[in-house]
Amino acid sequence: MADALLEVRALSRRFAAVDALQDVNFSVAAGEVHALIGPNGAGKTTFIHHVSGALRPDSGSIHFAGREVTHLSMHERVRAGMARSYQITNVFAGQTALDNVALAVQGRPDAGSSFRFWRPVVAERRLFDEARAFLEQVGLDDQAGQLAGQLSHGEQRALELAMALATQPQLLLLDEPMAGTGPEESARMVELIEHLARHVTILLVEHDMDAVFRLADRISVLVNGRLICTGLPDEVRQDAEVRRAYLGDHL
Amino acid sequence: MAFYRPARWQNAAVIVSLAMLIALPELLTALDQSYYTGFATRVLIFALAASSLNLVLGFGGMVSLGHAAFFGVGAYVAAICYDAGIHEGLLVLPLAALFAGLFALLVGAISLRTRGVYFIMITLAFAQMTYYLFVSARAWGGDDGMPIYERMRFAGFSLLADEALYYLALGVLALCMLLFARLAGARFGRTVQAIRDNETRMEALGYPVFRYRLVCFALGGAVAGLAGALLANLTGMASPNLLQWTQSGTLLVMVIVGGVGYLWGGLVGAVVLLLLEEFLLAWFEHWHIVLGLLLIGIVLFAPRGVAALFGKRHG
Repeated sequence: MADALLEVRALSRRFAAVDALQDVNFSVAAGEVHALIGPNGAGKTTFIHHVSGALRPDSGSIHFAGREVTHLSMHERVRAGMARSYQITNVFAGQTALDNVALAVQGRPDAGSSFRFWRPVVAERRLFDEARAFLEQVGLDDQAGQLAGQLSHGEQRALELAMALATQPQLLLLDEPMAGTGPEESARMVELIEHLARHVTILLVEHDMDAVFRLADRISVLVNGRLICTGLPDEVRQDAEVRRAYLGDHL
Repeated sequence: MAFYRPARWQNAAVIVSLAMLIALPELLTALDQSYYTGFATRVLIFALAASSLNLVLGFGGMVSLGHAAFFGVGAYVAAICYDAGIHEGLLVLPLAALFAGLFALLVGAISLRTRGVYFIMITLAFAQMTYYLFVSARAWGGDDGMPIYERMRFAGFSLLADEALYYLALGVLALCMLLFARLAGARFGRTVQAIRDNETRMEALGYPVFRYRLVCFALGGAVAGLAGALLANLTGMASPNLLQWTQSGTLLVMVIVGGVGYLWGGLVGAVVLLLLEEFLLAWFEHWHIVLGLLLIGIVLFAPRGVAALFGKRHG
């Protein structure tokens, strides 16, 4: 695909005797929401770790925005325009929601160097104005001054998203953004992701099938470390192998 | 954990303490106790060294057991400068900070690739290697260390009087504390504190974590070097003992007693520990027993250290 933003070629990774990923070929087109689904233990999070740079593959390559990133570290990939959220909420619990996002804004290349030793950050209004705007985007503007650790689970998921957005990515890697949220919070999260998808390409790993079929432009199915199918939601729904391997009568 | 925030009354407390410290030599002279001016200088110098470790340990989250190496390198730079005929403090002190900082940069560049217990062990190993290097370096006095027969000058002023060296140490300490205070709230300070709290998350926000850690480690080493150079001028000696791992341990205990990650932690710990040593030793040879009990007490009842009273980490 010519306009692939992310392209993964023949990616393999073995952990001891387990083939966690086997010869995975995968691509995300610019502008789409691409969902990656599969049963527990299929290797979805492992796959995300490889894309984000937390893990290195045994073989294969990863290309992002026209450049090979296989050997770039995680922070270099973030700077290249890839941001991720975590399956298990991963925010700075002891700091306010606003400080959390301000930290993300501060880390961006265009925000300037963080090797500044004298001027108090609190005097940098631009950082906090921008952070506030991202909080607004995820509907957390009223909670800006609260400690992240005291936010509800759903709010922490949203904060996590605001932090990822604040790095101004081209590609957003969302690892189970709905994990552990109630139906109401889930619905809000789906709406939020729908809204974000207008501006940013999204690779979504998710178990909530309603959310997946509502959000995804394309779906890929990972089973036992192998990608068994990629296609439009309807095609995936009809695919016999997928039904057998994973979805059963969920559809 | 959260970013360090000073207590509201910090500035007032600092001004009062500083005024008292400025008046101290006069007071001691008036009380005919000017012997204690040298002791007070020693306290200030250790406050500086412990504060530099607190930057690395408390703010940067790096448990280094080799901090004394940088302290000792600073002392040896002062002695070598004396030997080479460089007697101007305006040159000696920056040189001490420079060499200690560069050495810390080298040690950090290797050690910071490890984590946890491995990091503690590798910093310890580097410090001990440095210790044995100085012990066996005949040109630098080997076991006996290297004497400084006459204190350096500072900006042309003589430091022969204990009061003069006291004021120099006070000035250096005040400047470094000002730097640390600003740094804690500046971009760099926030960055290293956030890395301490969650390294992976910072990496995932695009921060080159290793680089920030390394600069923090080297900065701590440089300030320890300053303290070492001052101490060598106070005692007239750069000895290998300054690089011993027990010295690193003492600095670590000071930071823990004072308060890890609190701006004034190192300083408070140094004051408490050295005062205890000085006055308990006078009437009780085994003062370490008291120190041990104190440590247990602090860990049990005030695990954040004494300086927790002076600032907080929660917004």
